[in-house]
Order: sequence, then C-alpha cells, then structure tokens
Amino acid sequence: MVEKENSTDEVTPEYTYLNRRAFIRAGLFAGSAALTTAGYRFFSPGNSSPESTMSADSSGIAAEPSDLSTAETSSSFKDITNYNNFYEFSTDKSGVASKARNFATRPWTVEVGGLVKSPKTFSIDELLQFDQEERIYRLRCVEAWSMVIPWAGFSLKALLDEVQPLGNAKYVAFQSFYDPAVMQSSAAAGIDFPYVEGLRLDEALHPLTILATGLYGKPMPKQNGAPIRLVVPWKYGFKSIKSVARITLTNQEPPTTWNLFAPEEYGFYSNVNPDVDHPRWSQATERRIGELSRRETLMFNGYGDEVAHLYEGMDLKTNF
Amino acid sequence: MNDQGFNKILISTNALLPLGLLAFDFYRGALGANPLEFFLRASGVLTLLFVVVTLSVTPLRKIFGWNGLIKYRRMLGLYAFFYGCVHLITYSIFDKSLEMQEIVRDVIQRPFIAVGMAALLLMVPLAATSTNGMIKRLGGKNWSKLHKLTYAVPVLGVIHFWMIVKSDVFYPALFAVAVALVLGYRLFSRSRSKIDAVKKPEPLQG
Repeated sequence: MVEKENSTDEVTPEYTYLNRRAFIRAGLFAGSAALTTAGYRFFSPGNSSPESTMSADSSGIAAEPSDLSTAETSSSFKDITNYNNFYEFSTDKSGVASKARNFATRPWTVEVGGLVKSPKTFSIDELLQFDQEERIYRLRCVEAWSMVIPWAGFSLKALLDEVQPLGNAKYVAFQSFYDPAVMQSSAAAGIDFPYVEGLRLDEALHPLTILATGLYGKPMPKQNGAPIRLVVPWKYGFKSIKSVARITLTNQEPPTTWNLFAPEEYGFYSNVNPDVDHPRWSQATERRIGELSRRETLMFNGYGDEVAHLYEGMDLKTNF
Repeated sequence: MNDQGFNKILISTNALLPLGLLAFDFYRGALGANPLEFFLRASGVLTLLFVVVTLSVTPLRKIFGWNGLIKYRRMLGLYAFFYGCVHLITYSIFDKSLEMQEIVRDVIQRPFIAVGMAALLLMVPLAATSTNGMIKRLGGKNWSKLHKLTYAVPVLGVIHFWMIVKSDVFYPALFAVAVALVLGYRLFSRSRSKIDAVKKPEPLQG
C-alpha cells in the first residue's frame, strides 16, 4: 500500500504514511479506552463523599442511650447514606443519595387518625419533642444484606398513646410522602406509589418499634427517609417505611406495597426468618455491609427474645 | 504490526479494561457499600455483553458486509467465557466459601442459579473447541452444529438476570431486546434463504 508513490522523494510519503497510521492507532487506542472507562464509570458506584449527602440542617439530635441497642459495631455513615432502597428516587441503591438532594423535608406533618379517640396532625417540630433515644439496631434487608445503624428516635407507642387507639383498632397503616415532581424514579420501578406499609397493633406498640428522626446523632439524611421513618428491627427492611406522611389505625390488615407487587414473595409479616426462603433466593445467610463473606441470618434478626411471643402459635411458613 | 494484530490488541485492551477498573476500585474501596454485589453483578453483565457482541458479528457481516469481523469472533466469544468464569469464581468463593455441597444445593434449590450455571456450562464445549485444531478435528459441519449451542447461552443469561431483579427489570429487558435482535436476525435470514434456496444454491450460514 505504501510502495510505488510516484513522487520525486519516495522516503517522505512512506514516512508520513507510517506516521499517520501510528497516529490513528494511538488515537483509536486512547479513544476506545477512554470510552470503555467512561462506560464503566457511568455504572460504577464511584467514590461519593459523605459530606454531599448530609442534611442541610446539621444540628445534632440529643438522644439518650438505650438498653435495647446492640453492642455490635455500627456500619459507617458513608455506607449507611450511600446504599439505600428508596424506590421513589431510584432503584439503584448507590444512586438515591444524589437524587434525593432536592427533597424538601420541612415543613412536614404526619397525620395520625383512623380508629383513634383524638386524631391529630403532628408537625415535625412536635415530633422532635418526644424523648429521643439512640437505638443501635441491626437492619436486615430482604435482599440478604445487613447493616448496623445507630438510629435516633422515639417509640411509636409514645405517639399512639397520644392519639389513644380505640378498642376495635387492630392494625396500624402507614403511608409515605409522595411527590412525583421531586421523586423521579425509574419508569420501570415496578411498584406503585405512594408506598404503604402496615403492622399489627401489638407489633406497633412493641418497645423495639420506633419512629426514627435521625442517625449517627444527625437529623435523618434524606436518602434514609427524612425527616421521620419507621424502624422495626426484627422485620425485613422494606417494612420500615420511609418519610412517613400518614398513620392510620384500622381494624383490617392494611395493604402493603411489596405484598401488592408480588404476594407470593413478600408477606404482610415479613419477619426476618432464615428458615423461610424468598422464592428466588435463600434467606439463610446475609452479607453484612463492610464484610466480604456471608454470615448466618438470625431468627427475627436476633430479636427473638423480645418478639417471639408475638407470634406464638402462628405458622411462620404460611404467615411469612 | 498488521491491522489484524493491532485490532486484536485493541479488543483485548477494551475487554480487560473493565476488569482492571473493577480490581482497582475494589482495592481503593470505590465499589460502594457492597463491593461484592457490584463485582458479581458487573461480571455477569460483562458476560452477557460479550455473548451479545459475539453473536452480533454475523448480522453485522451480512447487513453491512463487514466480513473482516469474523477474525475477531472467537476472541470475543472467549472473553464472554472468561467473564462467565470470573462471575462463577466470585460467587463460589464469596457467596459459597468454595463449599461444593452448598453450590450443588443452590443449583438444585434456586432456579436462577441453575439457569446461570447451565448457560456457563454450555459455554465450556464452545470454548474447548474454539481452536483451529479442534475445528479441523471435528470437521466444519460438526463444529458448526455444536456451536449452535451459542444461541442458548444469551437466552439463559437473560432469564438468569431477570430472575434476580426485585422489581425494576429495565436492564434485563434491554438485554432481552438485544438478544432478540441478534437471534431474530438469524431466524429471519434463514427463512429468507430457504425461499431463495431454489435460485441460490448456497444457503446463508450463521
């Protein structure tokens, strides 16, 4: 291809040609590698800084330590705030933090009603007046990973005592805030919003059940369910509904989001149970965030002593 | 260096670059809160990606006449197998602590594991018979017949991917479309070549 250039000087064209070829090759090499790297970077979680995910209101929460806390080491603030299942914003756990940045969580009210003597709408400031405790709980996700999170919050019972449930109230229904203008999830998220959850009244009144207003001594980060969320540590994480807007006492088992989506996979109770597998994957083990190999999953997420009596006589395989 | 040699280096570099980046990010703690989940997911997606790219060689040749691509098809297929092995090894070490009994039980109990394992096992004879020597030994016809197994691999791969997703099936669906295109093209051109066979003695081969 290079030979037989009909030129007065045969060396120059060949030299130019080879040079150009080397130049094109170098360009192809660098260009394609840059594209591949960019493609990889688009999908990789990257190195998000914990600062960027902090709530604007950084005043600390004064929370009393509690006997109900675990002595286990807490997961890092960075991991807790960059690995979130909050489908309203994104189905990508590492993508929620940045997408939730413009989520306005003040002013905020929680409407408590239904079968209660004195229904009331609480402002977030009123809710922060309840005695705040630090509760270091294990959190076990239905996806078979777990964390340890130092929540700040107060027992749900304290709130329910104020509105006084009526005698015929048997369940507590929860509903998340939902504003599609700021919560722009994947079009293929699959589940319906607003997100709804529910507990039996005795589960809701259990001392372990809290409404959390913060973690690591800070107000609740947006991606973790600001400004107030439920935490039920012996159940799979999806039961602990985020950004609560409404609490309703009912006499019938309330609908729950994941159960509506796939009733054969997610039950109303959804207690952590290593003996009852998800139809598609095992629940016998879990990966603790920060560890590489898996550990055994504990019955009721290790809270059996406290909660097993709630389910006495119940078949937990059918009531999964 | 001739163009073919250069192109092979180019393909290899870009094929191995994601693994290098994954390893680098793993080392510096930049794979997020659950690095193993990400690594496992990424190696699986890369497997599927290379299977689809390998299977798109024939349609690209037929449609655009890029016949030179055939020289790189084996290489692309072997990278698919390579990432499949990385995927299986990661799962075996970190999810199953290399306990064979546990792996076998998983295959029996979890359909999505069984489907993924089947896809990878199907790739073993394909990789093993990918050398020129093996093609000669088997004879072109037998080799082509055996390598029809390739078509099952991405189908199983997409099912495997789809089954592990909780509710957002966007990416599995994207791969399903890609697989439907590369396999659908073959069905389409085969039915056409059957019609044309009367006129043309040589049917198209994919």
